[in-house]
Amino acid sequence: MSQVETGSNGTPKVGVYVCHCGINISQKVEISETVEFAKKLPYVTVVREYKFMCSDPGQELIQQDIREGLVDRVVVASCSPLMHEHTFRGAMAAGGGNPFLFQMANIREHVSWVTVDKKAATKKAKALIAAAVERIALHQPLERVQVPVHPDVLVVGGGIAGIHAALTLADSGKKVYLVEREPTIGGHMAKLDKTFPTLDCSACILTPKMSAVGAHPNITLWTYSEVTKVDGYVGNFKVTVKRKPRYVDEEKCVGCLECIEACIFKEGKFRSEFDEGLSKRKPVYIPFPQATPLVAVIDPETCIEFKTGKCKKSCAEVCAPEAIDFEQTEKIKEIEVGAIVLATGFKTFDAARVSRYGYGKYPNVYTSLEVERLVNAAGPTGGEVLLDNGKKPKTVGIVHCVGSRDENTNPYCSRVCCMYSLKLAHLLQERTGAEIYDFYIDMRTPGKGYEEFYERVSQEKVHFIRGRVGEITDWAMEPEEVGKLVMRAEDTLMGAVRRVPVDMVVLAVGLEPQDDAEEVRRIFNIGCSHDGWFLERHPKLAPVSTFTDGVFLAGACQGPKDIPDSVAQAGAAASEAMAIIDRGYVELEPNTAFIIEDLCSGCKTCVAICPFSATSFDEEKKVVVVNGALCKGCGTCVAACPSGALQQNLFTDEQIFHEIKGVVSYV
Amino acid sequence: MSKPKVGFYWCASCGGCEEAVIDLAEDILPIVEAVDIVFWPVAMDFKRADVEALSDGELAVSFINGSVRSSEQYEMVGLLRAKSQLIVAFGSCAHLGGIPGLANMFDRKEMFEEIYLRLPSVNNDKRVMPAEEITVPEGKLTLPASWDTVKTLDQVIEVDYYLPGCPPPVDLIKEAVNAILSGELPPKGSVLAPDVALCEECPRRDSKPEELALKEFKRPHEIEIDPEKCLLAQGLLCLGPVTRKGCGASCVSVNMPCTGCMGPTGRVMDYGAKALSAIASSVDSKDEHEISAILDRIVDPVGTFYRYSLPASLLHRCYQQTASEDEGKEQ
Repeated sequence: MSQVETGSNGTPKVGVYVCHCGINISQKVEISETVEFAKKLPYVTVVREYKFMCSDPGQELIQQDIREGLVDRVVVASCSPLMHEHTFRGAMAAGGGNPFLFQMANIREHVSWVTVDKKAATKKAKALIAAAVERIALHQPLERVQVPVHPDVLVVGGGIAGIHAALTLADSGKKVYLVEREPTIGGHMAKLDKTFPTLDCSACILTPKMSAVGAHPNITLWTYSEVTKVDGYVGNFKVTVKRKPRYVDEEKCVGCLECIEACIFKEGKFRSEFDEGLSKRKPVYIPFPQATPLVAVIDPETCIEFKTGKCKKSCAEVCAPEAIDFEQTEKIKEIEVGAIVLATGFKTFDAARVSRYGYGKYPNVYTSLEVERLVNAAGPTGGEVLLDNGKKPKTVGIVHCVGSRDENTNPYCSRVCCMYSLKLAHLLQERTGAEIYDFYIDMRTPGKGYEEFYERVSQEKVHFIRGRVGEITDWAMEPEEVGKLVMRAEDTLMGAVRRVPVDMVVLAVGLEPQDDAEEVRRIFNIGCSHDGWFLERHPKLAPVSTFTDGVFLAGACQGPKDIPDSVAQAGAAASEAMAIIDRGYVELEPNTAFIIEDLCSGCKTCVAICPFSATSFDEEKKVVVVNGALCKGCGTCVAACPSGALQQNLFTDEQIFHEIKGVVSYV
Repeated sequence: MSKPKVGFYWCASCGGCEEAVIDLAEDILPIVEAVDIVFWPVAMDFKRADVEALSDGELAVSFINGSVRSSEQYEMVGLLRAKSQLIVAFGSCAHLGGIPGLANMFDRKEMFEEIYLRLPSVNNDKRVMPAEEITVPEGKLTLPASWDTVKTLDQVIEVDYYLPGCPPPVDLIKEAVNAILSGELPPKGSVLAPDVALCEECPRRDSKPEELALKEFKRPHEIEIDPEKCLLAQGLLCLGPVTRKGCGASCVSVNMPCTGCMGPTGRVMDYGAKALSAIASSVDSKDEHEISAILDRIVDPVGTFYRYSLPASLLHRCYQQTASEDEGKEQ
């Protein structure tokens, strides 16, 4: 990437290339008038127009002019830099020029697409071209820096997305750290009974993958652990992981369950997280039989020994491998990885927030996740769905969109609820023979085999009522409503308000970001969309990337997703991570901040505000230093620097002021 | 060889800059020895005609303090420009507009009404207002016209060098005079002061934390100020990080936050905007309402951030009122 010679007297030679973009630009901007205008701008030596500048012949125009020494700096007036800056920088380099002696004037998105009047559009296009020409004269040749990549990968979250990403990476030979907050991997999928639309047993398809994770030589599995800090940058992250004490030595425990048996609590007494509180566990427990790792955990909040210090510790007595260790402490691990896959999942909507549905008030109102446990053969009731009076329900109501598509809670569609409601309708009917009333707003079943599944369930004993349930009450107005839960809703197809008495209600709760999503977002330096889901780099073209290079998203942490989508995305995230690792190096964009040391007063204004920790104070020199490898070129420090000592490549004050001058001075 | 001739002049200023010359104390003697002062209205009896009598470029240098806001000042600085080889804008007012420049928040009419009619100490029942012309039995009397807009010296004439400060620090004055006498001058247009912000020479610098995390702004009279600790860290609005050093941190050394009289460093185009940007960057809140509440504690933001530099700012003045029509005819 050698820089072409500037003119004999050192003046820049600017080429301006005006793109028609088919008729996208030319139908609103007078191209010939714009070309004539550009010819008169300072330092401009060549002006050309072409139908598609981004095409090979278009790029060749630039390359040829550089090769022939006609231009050394290039302005392309076409679309947005997001679209084709990369293309034209490549053309600059291919022609032998420096790719950063290039500037785009966006006369499509900023002009032709948004301007009605042709004259106004042409005037604006001219102004933007003048701005680019004014600034390009001040560009300096810059180089991208190559930094080697650490070959290991961190996957955060051990739900199905994290599991799949970790296995994909590990199978390709990458060393993977899989960090999970809970004592076992498995996530939400482990709690589900069957999966739509195939009605596969969830555990049957998940647990082999869980075991594969536990056994994989390339995977270091850290459950009951959390990432607390991430430093560094793509290819070279330094990650701090907190390993919470489980008071059972993972190396020694064989998962024989003897300790649980021996615990002085004869019966479970404490809320089982895995069973959504529908069963009780002891202070020492294994969340579920297929937990991975199959290692007991002691909950210090409920364990007598931790609370009083006076337990006879029968668990430890019976443990043959002597795995129980009440002295275990929190451990901090520091690891280095080249890429990170975030698969931290979701939480389900708290149904108590919609108080008119009576969740927490009426015993027979359940959330969908609770019902997943109830219908599960390995669940708290062995798969029996029983009411609080011990009888099977004869009628069950399902309420869609609880915490979804509701301006009072979440405006978005949670995507999975229609399908899992259909699945639960089917399963409940299968297990209890009950008649099902399914209240939906719109039935959303896009997906392979989904519509067919809807069709299948609608042939069963399920009544679909199109309408949002207004209220669930035990206030009987008719004799047949006595002792029942009455669901009141407007049936919008019938055009009437209906009261449907049922024995049991299932609230199809939506998906929400995890409670600590904001904190996680900060730790990993990524963005959130307004509703709190992690933000992808581009909704269509970079759906698993984030704005922090090297950090990828998988599964529902990016937005509600079902299992197939989560797995697909996990595979995509894994391969994006692999692409970084396998290339072996990362190229850092040179649009970084830099300090003019002589001008820095050492006021430190810029140090704390850097979102990437790239600025730091050198105590010896008493000035700020910028780590170019950490800097992402966001410009925050440059704006804050009170004395103009921090500047940014491609965005120096001079370049910006000249750009403004270009906009206001010529047309 | 005859001694170089030097002129001093004042425009819209308080006289403090003239004092600064006197503050040179005995150091003024070798200067007076080396030069001929041929014009200095505040100290010596020269008239405009004496300047007019000089040939063009006869003055080696003129030191002009004060901003320019009247027709008389405009004429005088134009005259001095013609007669001087070098013009030095002396002090904040000539450099950036200074305190008088805050009048750019208003126009002349508003300002006159405030001063001659509304101020509580004014007793002006006949509503007598300044006029540029009045006829008396002896004939017609005239006064210079006041402008709507206060200007920096370089907005009306070409300026060769700037001595910043309110008033310029004695050491900088000495260095500037010596540089002129020896001919060892930096490039034209330079500010004759170090191009680094005040924190660099602040005795409190080491106590400035990496993260200020400002939750509240305080005013000096509201707290007992720790004499060692960074003033910003104490919640005082110190503009040292934004302001050019060279004053020896004189205010900060006596527990007063820097108000920015030395102006910005060389790469900063708009002092107040930069100050706002820097201070806002140090506010510790992500909540819009809390941020507003914190910033509301800043009394008179324009007077705080643009205290010395409103005319030199990108906007120059407040545009809410329409300036009177003769604005365009001033130059």
